[in-house]
Amino acid sequence: MDQIIVQVLNGLDKGSAYALIALGLTLIFGTLGVVNFAHGALFMLGAFCAVVFSRILSLSHEVVDETRTDFLGNPMKIDVPYMHDIFGPELGASIIDWAVPLSILFSIPVMIGVGFAMERGLIKHFYKRPHADQILVTFGLAIVLQEIVKAFFGANPIQTPAPEAFTGSFDFGVLLGFDPLTIMYPYWRLVYFGFAALIIGAVFAFLQFTTFGMVVRAGMADRETVGLLGIDIDRRFTLMFAIAACVAGVAGVMYAPIVAPNYHMGMDFLVLSFVVVVVGGMGSLPGAVFAGFLLGVLESFASMPAIVELLPGINQIIIYLVAIIILLTRPRGLMGRKGVMEE
Amino acid sequence: MLGIKGKDLSVFILVAALALLAPFLLNPFPVDSAMAQFNAGYPDLMQRFVIFGIFAIGFNILFGLTGYLSFGHAAFLGVGSYAAIWMMKLVSLNIIPGIIMAIVFAGLFSVLVGYISLRRSGIYFSILTLAFAQMSYALAYSVLTPLTGGETGLQIKPGDNPLLSNIPEGEIGRASLFGLEMSDSSIIRLGGWEFTMNVGYYVCAVVMVLAFYMAIRIFRSPFGMMLRAVKSNQQRMNYTGLNSKPYTLAAFVISGMYAGLAGGLMVAMDTQVGPERMFWTASGEVVLMTILGGAGTLIGPVLGAGFIKYMENIVSKINSTVLHEWFAFLPDGMEDFLVTIFYPFVGKGWHLTLGLMFMAVVIFLPGGLVQGGQKLAAMFRRKKADDTDGDTANQKTPAE
Repeated sequence: MDQIIVQVLNGLDKGSAYALIALGLTLIFGTLGVVNFAHGALFMLGAFCAVVFSRILSLSHEVVDETRTDFLGNPMKIDVPYMHDIFGPELGASIIDWAVPLSILFSIPVMIGVGFAMERGLIKHFYKRPHADQILVTFGLAIVLQEIVKAFFGANPIQTPAPEAFTGSFDFGVLLGFDPLTIMYPYWRLVYFGFAALIIGAVFAFLQFTTFGMVVRAGMADRETVGLLGIDIDRRFTLMFAIAACVAGVAGVMYAPIVAPNYHMGMDFLVLSFVVVVVGGMGSLPGAVFAGFLLGVLESFASMPAIVELLPGINQIIIYLVAIIILLTRPRGLMGRKGVMEE
Repeated sequence: MLGIKGKDLSVFILVAALALLAPFLLNPFPVDSAMAQFNAGYPDLMQRFVIFGIFAIGFNILFGLTGYLSFGHAAFLGVGSYAAIWMMKLVSLNIIPGIIMAIVFAGLFSVLVGYISLRRSGIYFSILTLAFAQMSYALAYSVLTPLTGGETGLQIKPGDNPLLSNIPEGEIGRASLFGLEMSDSSIIRLGGWEFTMNVGYYVCAVVMVLAFYMAIRIFRSPFGMMLRAVKSNQQRMNYTGLNSKPYTLAAFVISGMYAGLAGGLMVAMDTQVGPERMFWTASGEVVLMTILGGAGTLIGPVLGAGFIKYMENIVSKINSTVLHEWFAFLPDGMEDFLVTIFYPFVGKGWHLTLGLMFMAVVIFLPGGLVQGGQKLAAMFRRKKADDTDGDTANQKTPAE
C-alpha cells in the first residue's frame, strides 16, 4: 500500500511538469492552430531564467574586513553580495536563498517578451502554412534557442538549489498512519505539485470567467466567425501565445531545483509532452492536464522494482505503448474534439 | 537510356559522376595549404555523405511524395544495422549477406510500424512514428541487451568466428567484399595534392547510385504519380473509389528498406552499432537533410545530406585559433571583434548555424537548396534573356 502511495506521489510530480508543458502546447494548438516544437525550448528558457536571476541576486563586491586578518597580518578581503548592502545581511541572505521562487517575477516579463517576439516575428507567418512546415520551422527555432543557451551557459547542468526551508523531506507515512520514514517526499516536489495545480487552475479560471477568455474560447471553436464579429482576434491570439510561453517558462523556473537546468532539457520534455497532448486530444485543455498526470503516474508505477522485474524495460516504453494503444482505439485522444487535425 | 530520359537522365549522370569523382572533387586544396581543412575527401566522411544520401533518398520517397512526415525513420536504420552486424558476427564477413538482411529486417519492421501508424495522418502520424522509434530505442538500449549489446552496442570482437569465413585464431575479422577489404585504400599523390581512393567508399557510392536510379524510376512511375495524388488531396482520391492505403504503406516500406540499406552499409563500413543511432534526434536529422536539400525533388535529399554532414565534420573543426589565423591580417581590435562574432557559429556551435540555416530555408525557400539553385539560375537566365529576346526563360518549372 505504502509503495503505491509513493508511486502515485512520484508520478504526480512528473505529471505536473508534463501537464504544464502540454497545457501551453495545446493552448497554442487550440487557439492558433500551430504545432509548436519550440515549446520545450521555452520550458528550458524558463529554467535558465532561474539560473540568471539567482546569479543576479548573488552578485557581490569585495570589501576589506578590518576585524579579520590573514596569515601575513593584512586585513582580509571578503565578498559581500549587493543584497546584503541593500537589505541588510539577514534579509539579504534570505532573498538570495529564495532566488528560485523569486525568479518567477523575473521570468514572467522575460517570457512574455520572448512569446511576443516569437509570435509576431515567426509564428504569425505560418498560420496558413501546412502543419509540417510549422513543425519544421519551430524545430529549427528550438535548435537555435538551445544552442544560444549552450553558448552562454555551457553544456553542463547548473545546480540551482531550492530555498533552505524546502530542502528536507516530508514524512507522509506518519500523516497517513504508516510507520515513520516509509513514505518520504521532498518538500520542493510538494511545492511543485501545488504550484502546478495553482497555475492550471489559474489558466482555466482565466479562460472560463473573463471576457477575454470567453472570446478566446469562441475563437478556438470558430476563428472566422469571431473575426467577422469585429473582434481583433489576432491581437488576442498573440497574447494567448505570450501566456502559453509564460506558463512554460514558470514551469521551467520551478523545475530548476528538481533537475539542474541543462541546454537539452527542453527537447527531453518536448517529445513526451507531445505524446501527452496527443493522448489527451489535440486542442483539449482538460485532456492535456489529465493525460499529463495519467502518464506521469503510469510511468512511475512502471518503474516500481516489482513491475520492472516482471516486465523488464517497461518503465521506458510505457508512455509510448499507452500512446499507441490510445491513438489506435480513440483516434482523437481521450478528450479531443471531433474534427481537430483529422484529415 | 536505362528507361529514364531528358532532365532525369542528366541529373542521374550528374549524381553518378559526382559520386565517382568525389575523392577528387572534395579535395580541391593541396595538403599543406591553409585551406586544407576544408578538404572533405577522406574516406570516413565520404562514406557518410553517400550513406546518409541513401537514407535521405529513401525518406524523401515517403515524405516528398506522400507528405507523411515520419519522425521515426532512424529506427529502421537501427534495425538494419543490428541485422547486418549479426550477419557479420555469425554468418559471413562478406558484406553482401549483411546488407541483404538489413534491408529485409528493416522492411519487415516497417511493415509493422507502417501498418499501424498509417491509420492516422498529419501530426498523429508523426507522433505515432516517433513513439515507435523511441520505443525501439528504449528496447535496444535496455531490454534487448542480449541482442543489441545495450548501451555499449555491438561490434566484431576477436572471439567472433563467422561460419563462412575462417579467420586465424586471435585476429579480429574485417568486413570485406569477396576478399576486398573495406578499409583498403590507395593514395594518389599529384603535386601537393593527395587523393584517397577507398574500397568502402566506392562500394557505398555504387550502391548510392543504384539507389538513386531506383528512386528516379519510382518518382516517374504510375506508383509515384499515385503517391503525389495522395499528397495533393487524399480525400478526393478516396472519393474516386481508390484505396490509398496500400500505396502509402508501400511507400513507407520502401523508405524503411532504404533506411535499412543505409544502416547495413554503415555497419559494413565501421563494423559497429550502438542504440544512439535510433534516438529520435537521428530521425530529426534525416528530416533536416531532406527539407534542406528540397523535399520532393530528386537530387535535393542527396545535396542536403552532403551539406549537413559536411558542416558537421568541417565547420565543427574550426576553432578560435583557426579564426584568429584567418583574421590575422586585420588590426588587433578588429580581429578580436570578428572572432567574437563568428566564434559562436563554428566549432562546437555549428548546430546554431545549422538551425538558423534550416529556419531560413523553411521560411524563404520551401523548396530547399534545389529551389534556391533554380531561382539563381532563373535570375541569370533572365539577364541573358534581356540581352537577346526569348521569353521562355520565365517559364516556371516545378521543383523536380
